[in-house]
Amino acid sequence: MNIPTSNVQSSAESGAKPRERKQRHVAEEIRGKIYVYFCVLLMIVTIFSIVYFIASRGLAPFVSQGVALKDMLLGLKWKPEGEPPLFGALPFLFGSFATSLFAAIIAAPLAFCASIYMTEIMPKFGKTVLQPAIELLAGIPSVVYGFVGLSVIVPFLRDTFPGQGVGVLAGALVLSIMILPTITTIATDSLRSLPNGLKEGSYALGATRWQTISRIILPTTLPSLLTGVVLGIARAFGEALAVQMVIGNAPHIPHSLFESATTLTSIITLEMGNTTSGSLHNNALWSLALILLMMTFLFVFVVRMLERRVKR
Amino acid sequence: MIIEIEKLQLYYGEFQALKNVDLSIPERSVTAFIGPSGCGKSTLLRTLNRMNDSIPGVRIEGTVSIQGRDIYASDTEVEFLRKRVGMVFQQPNPFPKSIYDNVAYGPRLHGRTKKAELDELVEKSLRSASLWEEVKDVLKKSAWSLSGGQQQRLCIARALAVEPDILLMDESTSALDPISTTKIEELTRELCKQYTIVMVTHNMHQAARISDRTVFFLNGEVVEAADTQTLFSSPVDQRTEDYISGRFG
Repeated sequence: MNIPTSNVQSSAESGAKPRERKQRHVAEEIRGKIYVYFCVLLMIVTIFSIVYFIASRGLAPFVSQGVALKDMLLGLKWKPEGEPPLFGALPFLFGSFATSLFAAIIAAPLAFCASIYMTEIMPKFGKTVLQPAIELLAGIPSVVYGFVGLSVIVPFLRDTFPGQGVGVLAGALVLSIMILPTITTIATDSLRSLPNGLKEGSYALGATRWQTISRIILPTTLPSLLTGVVLGIARAFGEALAVQMVIGNAPHIPHSLFESATTLTSIITLEMGNTTSGSLHNNALWSLALILLMMTFLFVFVVRMLERRVKR
Repeated sequence: MIIEIEKLQLYYGEFQALKNVDLSIPERSVTAFIGPSGCGKSTLLRTLNRMNDSIPGVRIEGTVSIQGRDIYASDTEVEFLRKRVGMVFQQPNPFPKSIYDNVAYGPRLHGRTKKAELDELVEKSLRSASLWEEVKDVLKKSAWSLSGGQQQRLCIARALAVEPDILLMDESTSALDPISTTKIEELTRELCKQYTIVMVTHNMHQAARISDRTVFFLNGEVVEAADTQTLFSSPVDQRTEDYISGRFG
């Protein structure tokens, strides 16, 4: 830390008071710094311990328990208690990706439309009614979403389409409603932050509102909109409970949207309680958690890339 | 007279921003609106292309006619009005697109899509805005890479590309350096041979330098409208004299 020690004014006047005042300021400064550094340190330590814990458990099967990474990432069969035990996690990976990507495909257009409505078409109604409603949507516990999915979406799918109703589509629909607030909030913020001059410039050339939205507003805010979508996918990817309630939890790669499947998070929550700590099965579940963590890092990385594009 | 304003009253909610404005603006000339901040000069400018429409709580009485047609009549198509009455803003506001696409934006909106036709129009507009020589080799570059003064001339080119009759300039040089300002002033003199220009300026010297007619506003009223020379040399109203001699404002 570089604390300036020479002060021309105070040495020239050589009074005791300025020096006292300065000491007080320095003390305050140090106190503030200690507090801030402590908080930052606490956060860093927490994050590193989580990563270390998950990695040490999750890498054990590959390092010392004889499971090949390739078999886990590409294997189709998950039989951890079998003879020999099999740890193929591809169906879970597939299920996680399928449900979260599909959820984003459903939610993104809805979220974009909602945010355009809230910022461009009915700003007053949007701010007073829609925005609080959407924020409320974000606060509903995931078990409620799962329950609604189980009692509304699943029966509807069962009656309308072939199959049992539970499956990838049901999971994706529940997730799409869950990530709608995330994408909408970020999209709305980015539309609001668009300089007014751009819109005025477009209107002044005789553009209609729709022309202005499609030719100026959407292209200009696209990177921020995509940031919202990626964060939405990240949230969907990590969601366990609600998906688990409606996806059917069958450890295989489904052939259609209406077939049961399962996800990384579902399998972790379902099996974690039935294993003993340190066993191969338990460690294999930590490996799945490690994969989830890596995916989260990847999403954060993508968001950073998009943000850099916005700034340019 | 290309623009005729009669008994115009404009309210923002309870507040009356324009009071009983009667004004005619002649074709192919530069008319400058001067007056202290909040006197209504920008508001009046923005009623000429109906940019005030989007502000909640605006109410207008009286008539504004452009080329003999009431622009606040119920059958007026606002998009078509704005095609004829272009506008350049205080802050340069090019779109985050290439220089070419900025100029071609307006014509494309109004249905001109043929490449050859657009090329020609873009060149003509950039030449009219005396920017062509500076950007002809970098038309594909982002408009945001230009300097502030260039950006403002690009905005003028963009406005000219839809072939308007009238060009409104809302303090269009106030965000620019003196050299860029001079360029835009010279350009304005050049453009008024073909277009009717109405400009708002907070700079009296600018009004004196480049306008043919000057209108002095105070508290939402037109105090005096006259030939620029007459208004600055022998103002009729005492308030005008006080303002131009720097006693207030």
